[in-house]
Amino acid sequence: MTVEYIVFGVMFVVALGSSLAMLFAKNAVHAALFLVATQIALAVAFLLQGAFFVAAIQIILYAGAIMVLFLFVIMLLGVDRQEALIEPLPGQRPLAIGLGVLLATEILWIAFRGLDLVAAGGGGAEALTGLNRDPGNVKALAGSLFGKYTFPFEATSVLLVVAIVGVMVLARRINALSSDDRVAETDAAREDLVAGRRGAA
Amino acid sequence: MSVDPSYYLALAGLMFAIGVVGTLTRRNAIVIFMFIELMLNAVNLIFVTFARMWGNVDGQVLVFFVLVVAAAEAVVGLAIILVIARRRETSNVDDISMLKW
Repeated sequence: MTVEYIVFGVMFVVALGSSLAMLFAKNAVHAALFLVATQIALAVAFLLQGAFFVAAIQIILYAGAIMVLFLFVIMLLGVDRQEALIEPLPGQRPLAIGLGVLLATEILWIAFRGLDLVAAGGGGAEALTGLNRDPGNVKALAGSLFGKYTFPFEATSVLLVVAIVGVMVLARRINALSSDDRVAETDAAREDLVAGRRGAA
Repeated sequence: MSVDPSYYLALAGLMFAIGVVGTLTRRNAIVIFMFIELMLNAVNLIFVTFARMWGNVDGQVLVFFVLVVAAAEAVVGLAIILVIARRRETSNVDDISMLKW
């Protein structure tokens, strides 16, 4: 089990280090790459805890699809923009850092001291190992997803369709003209038509 | 004996706090979205850890729902950023204050 401790230590350092590096990265592309490193480290954490399918999905969907989307938008908007240093709200950044440290302290306290409140039942890690061995991780997940959680699962499909339609409405561009331009153009065409008829008469 | 769940929860908590600080301090809208993704990732780690503590896969199923929400949120948010950048030539959140009362 020493191997597990070593892997956990490396994963811990990589995940925390690249999240902190994200905080200090000046360039948006660097921040995105650090986020990918964090997500791959988290996939290792999922593997360590017996969530094999979730680990694969984490890499394919998060580190693959979603981050490619982010990089795509960053490249589309241009990467050479500097972040503004003026502060509209004075003292907001120090306050944010202070509150973040407070939040971290609280969560750490819960993680190490208040765990009795949540660890009230269940079979423990051995039960999960048994589940991963007997029906298998994917089979157990599928049984839960399509049995107990069928309705939320179907609801997520509605959510995805709504998101897709919303994005298509938001991001479309009609012949590079705004709607005002098109109204003006139609008005001009109508004027021409009327003028032409008058001319003919 | 494997690694105590507390350490995973501690890592997730620290990552969540970093995400909060980043969301509050950065000004680029895309970077803010990345920190929101970081917070969602931290929550996923907590779900997986609780799944191990309780010995069932319910926590792992919840990760899928978080993932779907994260994907939908990222797609819609990035489209909004794109439209704003197209119209107003900026992705700085301080410049987008037209809805402010």
